[in-house]
Amino acid sequence: MTSVLYDVPGPRARVRNGIIGVVGTLVVLGILAFVVYRLAATGQFDPRLWEWIQFKAIQVLLVEALLNTLSAFAAAAVLSLAFGALFAAGRLSEHAWLRGPSTAIVEFFRAVPLLILIFILYFGVSQTLGLNLSTYWSLVLGLMLYNGSVLAEIFRAGVRALPRGQSEAAYALGLRKTQVMTNVLLPQSLRAMLPTIVSQLVVVLKDTALGFIILYPELLYQARFLGSQGQLGAPILQVAMVIAVIYIILCLILSGVAYLLERRSRRSPRGGDIDPGEKARAEGEVAAAQAQGGGGAIGGA
Amino acid sequence: MNVLLDNLDLYGRAFLGTIELFLIAAVGSLVLGAVVAGMRVSPVPILRAFGTIYVNLIRNTPLTLILFFFAFAYPRLEIVDLSFFTRACIGLILYTAAFVCEVIRSGINTVPVGQAEASRALGFGFGQTLTTIVMPQAVRAVVPPLTNVQIALLKNTTIASGFSVFQAGGIYQELSENGYNVLVGLLWIALGFLILVVPLTLLQRNLDRRWSVAK
Repeated sequence: MTSVLYDVPGPRARVRNGIIGVVGTLVVLGILAFVVYRLAATGQFDPRLWEWIQFKAIQVLLVEALLNTLSAFAAAAVLSLAFGALFAAGRLSEHAWLRGPSTAIVEFFRAVPLLILIFILYFGVSQTLGLNLSTYWSLVLGLMLYNGSVLAEIFRAGVRALPRGQSEAAYALGLRKTQVMTNVLLPQSLRAMLPTIVSQLVVVLKDTALGFIILYPELLYQARFLGSQGQLGAPILQVAMVIAVIYIILCLILSGVAYLLERRSRRSPRGGDIDPGEKARAEGEVAAAQAQGGGGAIGGA
Repeated sequence: MNVLLDNLDLYGRAFLGTIELFLIAAVGSLVLGAVVAGMRVSPVPILRAFGTIYVNLIRNTPLTLILFFFAFAYPRLEIVDLSFFTRACIGLILYTAAFVCEVIRSGINTVPVGQAEASRALGFGFGQTLTTIVMPQAVRAVVPPLTNVQIALLKNTTIASGFSVFQAGGIYQELSENGYNVLVGLLWIALGFLILVVPLTLLQRNLDRRWSVAK
């Protein structure tokens, strides 16, 4: 098989590729070996530093932290989907007085860093306006405003990606505006956009880690707490590793769902009438958001 | 208004910190991202595998966790004593490079194989094919999303403030110590970011519109 950059390798190219492969592997293994060597040299594999995993209380603490992370994620996911749907409807509206403010709000929340939004909610609103927002709600509302705005763009791009004939035919049949949207446009565009939406949810999950900075007791916060416990030997590196594995597994599961959905929609013939340009724009939207929060569909080969 | 005028110096220093962090991490992530993208499109299976593992691991790790690691766990390894600022740069570079890599890779994949096959048939070497055939076409598909990734990086620099790097995300602490209104102070920061981000966003949309038509 040829690729864009490389022809099918001949005998010389095969030898060269083999050499590059061996050298590259050695370099990567060298870096890994250096890290492992430093870990060993500084005594990070000392069994005493890993003992904490066996303590019942710490296991319970971590499970609670995980539940805190997941509950912030679930609330933020539901709220941002609702926020996104609302403002997508606003931006698609025929009335300028709805379209203008919706566009301004969506653009504003997408341009401001999420952490600043969370700070505004937690430090600003709590102190100045006297509304006492807990760390949980500051985090959830911040995630809602940011990811909801991104989702609004995704929904809008999804609806706009449909061929015009769809809504024209629906109007010609005498359906009303709401009916056209709910019965004709939404079912098709949601189907096409589902993988993108799920990828955005991975971003929500990853961004819950920002709660650590305002001291919401989620996984990272507990990692910091456990890592500073002197009687456990301050095993911060070890805790961080365990937490990293938990985060990566959670995100990979969600990313995997997005990947499966995408593969399914690529197979089904009905995705054929989606305008690829608009769809790509929506995906670009998410790609940008993912770079912010990160995450997203597992890259194929 | 007072909050801004009284602390103009503070805001100036903080946003300079943000911009410095952004520029270093942007250049670093472009270089590392290009290297990893090179691995992912290379004809050597083992390098492709390493690239894929790197990208999938990093993309599914929160940036906060990566910075957390560099802030608290890295010193335990006792390798080289680096400042918080340098460590934040490294964390941001490692994180953003995964996204840069994906953008470059998918940009290269938008060029039809026939283009390269035709150029090889004409006797162009690898370097010529890359620079005169593939790159000019791939750039159109790469630059707009790459701008998006860099905008995200600019916003991500705020997370470093959670780990003692002084930049725009950290102003509120000094303001609240000095008894200023934190809400107003934070809204000024938001405005500062709008001023930084909006031109980049407009540039990105402009490029996207002009170049996607030509595709």
